[in-house]
Amino acid sequence: MTKWLEENTPKLVLAPSFIIVLIFVYGFIAWTAWVSLTRSRLLPKYEIDGFIQYDRLFASPRWDTAFTNLFVFGFLFIVIAMILGLILAILLDQNIRTEGAIRTIYLYPMALSMIVTGTAWKWILNPGLGLEATVRGWGFETFTFDWLVNPEMAIYTIVIAAIWQSSGFVMALFLAGLRSVDQEIIKAAQVDGIPTWRVYTAIIIPSMAPIFLSAFIVLSHLAIKSFDLVIALTGGGPGYATDLPATYMYAMAFSRGDIGQAASSAMIMMMVVFAIVVPYLYSELRSKDG
Amino acid sequence: MADMSYTPTQTGSNVGKIALRWGLYLMLGLFALFYLMPLFVMITTSFKSLEEIRTGDLISLPREVTLDAWRTAWSGACTGIQCEGVRPFFWNSVLIAIPAVFISTLIGALNGYVVAQWRFKGANLFFALMLFGCFIPFQVVLLPMARMLGLMGLAGTIPGLIFVHVIYGLGFTTLFFRNYYVSIPSELTKAAKVDGAGFFRIFWSVFLPLSLPIIVVTVIWQFTQIWNDFLFGISFSQAGTQPVTVALNNIVNSTTGIKAYNVDMAAAIIAALPTLFVYVVAGKYFVRGLTAGSVKG
Repeated sequence: MTKWLEENTPKLVLAPSFIIVLIFVYGFIAWTAWVSLTRSRLLPKYEIDGFIQYDRLFASPRWDTAFTNLFVFGFLFIVIAMILGLILAILLDQNIRTEGAIRTIYLYPMALSMIVTGTAWKWILNPGLGLEATVRGWGFETFTFDWLVNPEMAIYTIVIAAIWQSSGFVMALFLAGLRSVDQEIIKAAQVDGIPTWRVYTAIIIPSMAPIFLSAFIVLSHLAIKSFDLVIALTGGGPGYATDLPATYMYAMAFSRGDIGQAASSAMIMMMVVFAIVVPYLYSELRSKDG
Repeated sequence: MADMSYTPTQTGSNVGKIALRWGLYLMLGLFALFYLMPLFVMITTSFKSLEEIRTGDLISLPREVTLDAWRTAWSGACTGIQCEGVRPFFWNSVLIAIPAVFISTLIGALNGYVVAQWRFKGANLFFALMLFGCFIPFQVVLLPMARMLGLMGLAGTIPGLIFVHVIYGLGFTTLFFRNYYVSIPSELTKAAKVDGAGFFRIFWSVFLPLSLPIIVVTVIWQFTQIWNDFLFGISFSQAGTQPVTVALNNIVNSTTGIKAYNVDMAAAIIAALPTLFVYVVAGKYFVRGLTAGSVKG
């Protein structure tokens, strides 16, 4: 008995976590998937009834807005945060004496809650007393910056705040990448008289492909999960102009009492994440085992 | 490092180089302003009176520094029907974060230790399943979790929120410890086994003493995640058990009385202080956690 116990201790230690993950991750996903195929409204029903919830979802103009917003927001957020992060990393890579301090400044927003970020930007961007009023106070009487309350433009305020929050993190990733490039190659290129910008575009940046991939995965993951920022900054408004799938799901689940819609929108969110993350995880795990 | 500004191969005069250098610092400085501006605006606004906010502009310093907004934010602002400021919710967050961080770190350490050092058939599958759990959008577990918490009698309670944070933190804590322990040679475990040490003995006297850096990284990561959480907080709490992020959002969106931007900003700073403090004190470990959570994921 003691011998058996001794041999199986590692398995026994892992067992509770294993069971927890099976139930609370995979079991729960299965539950949500199941319910998304039923006619559940206020209370869950368990008779499968095909794809009616998905039909309703894609017929809903609000979901249409939310899903489109995800791609508009996600695309701009990822592309701009990556470009900005790369520029900052390259600028900081030039033997800057105060690098530590500057890095700290660029990265601190990442420590903040999205609710704090949203609250701050909501105040800055509010047309009545914020940036618009301030610039007008300087004498530019016609200056207008009402994106926050403009249904056409409000989604871009979320892009701005999200970039402010996360670009420093991308910088940190790229900076680590820049410093892991083989120094011998760079020196050789310099000896050959290749101009600095060419060294970056032809040698350093291409060799950082894995870092671009990591940054892309993290940022797309952040984009899909964005919920707090929208709630704090625009509340999904004006109207539902800045809804994202995450806020749509929450509204259906907790204020509209439409469990079927909540479940089906959550499943779509998960499929988007899967499409991005699964190939990445698969290649990562394979390369580790191999 | 690709420092090429002083290399002899570059042509151009010294003047050009100095100008380039100044341009570089100017750009870095402008970006620094972009990142600092919201914090600056938050701080100055929180020290202004409402009167001054209405008449002054966003980036001017307060003419008269007043602590009224801070007092109101801490103990008087309305988060709905009750007007007790963020104080009770701040303590809720502390009560949620401390046990959740401790438990998830401990379990993650044991899991990582098994997966990295006691390989057995299925351990890799377990790790893959865990890892995958890090990436799911939590929306997909919100509905069943709400029902489960109800069944367990934990709905709307602080232990319920601790439970949720422990469960969905395990993926990352296991990942952190696994990646750290995998770099420790397995000969160490083998030698200890030959000496007659058992599973827990080896963990306690060999691995734990080596683990300080990864414990710091994990604790900071978990603390930041849990303190800053909003989705679980708003989904699984009720009036008295909300974490500070939910209270802050309620204060900002409260419709009672006039809009007190200075109180909003003070409340936002209070909600941000613990994680900012951790970042300033242990930024190196904070960054390490961020990059470990993504690059090696």
